[in-house]
Amino acid sequence: MGVTEEVRPPLGMLAELTHRCPLHCPYCSNPVELVTRERELGTEEWCSVLDQARDLGVLQVHLSGGEPLARPDLPELVTRASGLGCYVSLVTSGLGLTEARLADLVDRGLAHVQLSVQGADAARANLLAGAKAHDHKLTAAALVKRFELPLSVNVVLHRANHDQLEGMIALAERMGADRLELANTQFYGWALRNRDALLPTREQLAAAEPVVRAAMERLKGTMQVVYVLSDYYEQYPKPCMSGWGAQQLTVAPDGTVLPCPAATAITTLPLENVRDRPLAEIWYDSESFNAYRGEDWMREPCRTCERRTVDFGGCRCQAFQLTGDAAATDPVCRRSPDRGLVDVLLEAPRGSGEFVMRGVR
Amino acid sequence: MTPRLRRGVRLTYDRTRRTHVLLFPEGVLVPNATAAAVLELCDGERTVPDIAASLGERYAGVRESDVGDVLARLVDRQVVEWA
Repeated sequence: MGVTEEVRPPLGMLAELTHRCPLHCPYCSNPVELVTRERELGTEEWCSVLDQARDLGVLQVHLSGGEPLARPDLPELVTRASGLGCYVSLVTSGLGLTEARLADLVDRGLAHVQLSVQGADAARANLLAGAKAHDHKLTAAALVKRFELPLSVNVVLHRANHDQLEGMIALAERMGADRLELANTQFYGWALRNRDALLPTREQLAAAEPVVRAAMERLKGTMQVVYVLSDYYEQYPKPCMSGWGAQQLTVAPDGTVLPCPAATAITTLPLENVRDRPLAEIWYDSESFNAYRGEDWMREPCRTCERRTVDFGGCRCQAFQLTGDAAATDPVCRRSPDRGLVDVLLEAPRGSGEFVMRGVR
Repeated sequence: MTPRLRRGVRLTYDRTRRTHVLLFPEGVLVPNATAAAVLELCDGERTVPDIAASLGERYAGVRESDVGDVLARLVDRQVVEWA
């Protein structure tokens, strides 16, 4: 961190309450090695994390997982976060979101629900989720609308559902979503294992572009459509996390504090835990949060690149996963000396398309 | 025509940053002092003249057209709608 740069307080916190989940999605970005129930933070510990986060400046709290509804203390945590003045979002599969539970959460100040969708119809969606989930999602969406909360629908796109893109947009419309996020799979955690099967084809991405553009135009003012590119096919990397340690932090189920949800992938990074150190110290003073803040860590070609203020060198986790060096330029960048690593993947003959479902834990 | 915050948008005071903030799904906006004063009165009941009159009690030289301009910008940012 340069002496002239000021570390600003975080705006958002992703609180991964648990890794337990009723779905088994092959594109899951949570780590291969999940935190077990016994190691999860308790209610008092999460309340303290929320208090500390608000003191630190966090305004957006995403209660996520795994499936946050698997935590019996979820209502208590919603009360705490919303009482602190935070905007509280529930990031859910929709399974277990009954009318009674949602009514209670809304009462306690829940502001917004993000619902995942795997496919356009029950057959495909249930196959991809590894569970009979689709009908529950329709019910959950209807409940969210009945309680007049804003609804975001999140779709992870990959080779096995790109053909249903139009159908999934139509589904989000029928659900009454205010916001639709169509995100091509980013390869972290479990998803990285399935990269060969999940990576969309060039043809699929080319077909998707006009469909997404038309939807954005047609739904302007009623449903915000956000499209996350398949970065392997891009010329330049994504502006990951709007910069390392710049705006967001993630707290994993066991209290590990992460500068990026995927940061456990960087095995050389000395991560710290809220059980051992106050959140504010971790944000401002820890080695992990300062490792790739600002520009001082950058090497060429990033150091003198005019895009360094646009994409911040790309994704540290991806740099580590593909090159073994987290301070390397994201190999997605065409200016990276390691771009060949990505091109090899794109040109490789496609395998059977069979992916490994996320295991039951 | 009475302006109000769009569904899912909340106005709150952030004591860390010592400013009002507008919170909504996936976003935070920091309104300037004028916009914050207008936003506090966007309850879906008050009209633009009502808001201008109310602000006129606290500040000198408040014009209805200025309030209208602020509201137009907030509507553009999709945080305010007309009830």
